[in-house]
Amino acid sequence: MYDVVVIGAGPGGSIAAKTAAEKGLSVLLVEKRQEIGTPVRCAEGVSKEAIARFVDIDKKWIAAEVVGARIYSPDGTEIVMAEEMAGNEVGYVLERKVFDRHLARLAAKAGADVIVKTTATGIKRKEDGTVEVSLRRMGEEYSVDTKIVIGADGVESRVGKWAGIDTTLKLSEIESCVQYLMTGIDFDPEYCYFWLGNEIAPGGYIWLFPKGEDAANVGIGVLPSLAKKSPKEYLDSFIKEHFDGGEIVEVVAGGVPVKGPVETAVADNVMLVGDAARHADPITGGGIANAMRGGYFAGCVAAEAVEKGDYSAKFLRKYDELWKNDFGKTLHRNKILQQKLLKMDDKTLNKLAKSIAGCNLKEMSVRKIVMELIKHNPRLLWDIKGLFV
Amino acid sequence: MARRKKPQKKIEVDRFRCAYCGACVAVCKFNANELVETFLVIDEEECTLCMSCIKACPMRALAVKEVA
Repeated sequence: MYDVVVIGAGPGGSIAAKTAAEKGLSVLLVEKRQEIGTPVRCAEGVSKEAIARFVDIDKKWIAAEVVGARIYSPDGTEIVMAEEMAGNEVGYVLERKVFDRHLARLAAKAGADVIVKTTATGIKRKEDGTVEVSLRRMGEEYSVDTKIVIGADGVESRVGKWAGIDTTLKLSEIESCVQYLMTGIDFDPEYCYFWLGNEIAPGGYIWLFPKGEDAANVGIGVLPSLAKKSPKEYLDSFIKEHFDGGEIVEVVAGGVPVKGPVETAVADNVMLVGDAARHADPITGGGIANAMRGGYFAGCVAAEAVEKGDYSAKFLRKYDELWKNDFGKTLHRNKILQQKLLKMDDKTLNKLAKSIAGCNLKEMSVRKIVMELIKHNPRLLWDIKGLFV
Repeated sequence: MARRKKPQKKIEVDRFRCAYCGACVAVCKFNANELVETFLVIDEEECTLCMSCIKACPMRALAVKEVA
């Protein structure tokens, strides 16, 4: 009998497993793929603060360090932001293939059992209040008993559904994303780039994250509810216009949940973290920072639950309180902001960008920028001022 | 003369395009799509042909096909 079974060895799952193991619990970390960290389904950008909170920085999983972000409105108006002001996705560009394995190794080092190429196929709550987790490993079916299941099984999460948490996303709640690792293109390796516009990326944006001097992740996310073409077609058009002649050396695809905060990420014996809990940011789509924070909170609450011998949803709601009081407020705020942005046409986006293009953005936080936008465009943005004052 | 059967349809996965990203699983209200390790499996019994998965797929790997 394990105290905790964590399903999914991404950053959220590994931090949950590491935290629970460090607190003395017996932990099993299950990964369905044969290699942790591959295939990558991420743009790999994260703030330095978000990483440093949970793990010692190691150069081997940092592909690039950036000093800021360059944001372009549809007509090409540029806004430059310093790294420390640019939010959760700007600072380091990770090498996720190495980073995810490193985190799983930290979980193992803390005492967690780790198994790969193993799929969780179901969970069954037993009369004694514990759970049987069915697993399939290279064709062999077996099960393990546990007190708590932490579902860190990504955007396609099944754990939530098995536990009765409806995690289905509408087509307006998922960003459909494609990314190329490109080489042979011109860019400033000290900056992340973001291009906005309903024509180039409806309901989303195009990004470029440097991965060293001569390579970069160039990707796109679009809302399927608004897109007329597939994200790949939008991205290919953009690349033809901006980076023609570059070589694509890797293709990545994925779905990013932009639902905003869910009512609950717990059920009896179950907690969800990361993309499974729909914890990605509705504006940026970034999910690593929140996944690691959620994983940490889930690990802490699991330890308390085991100590008390109470694995009920009622007790585990403490996890809901922790993530809601931490990044939940930002998820809520950014969901409202996203809905406001979605209503804006390209002309309006250009107007907003022009109104602050002359400001000294190196001294401004996202909050200050939004306040500046509101000051210059009260008719457009007055109704969201309450989110930032 | 025998009555002609209505053509049946199903969602077909282009395995050469599919990146096993899970976007189609996340939007399926009927739990018809499942990633089994690195294979996407669509349960034809559960699928209602609502097309959500086709729209969500970043790689355009899914399409409706008529079944003979």
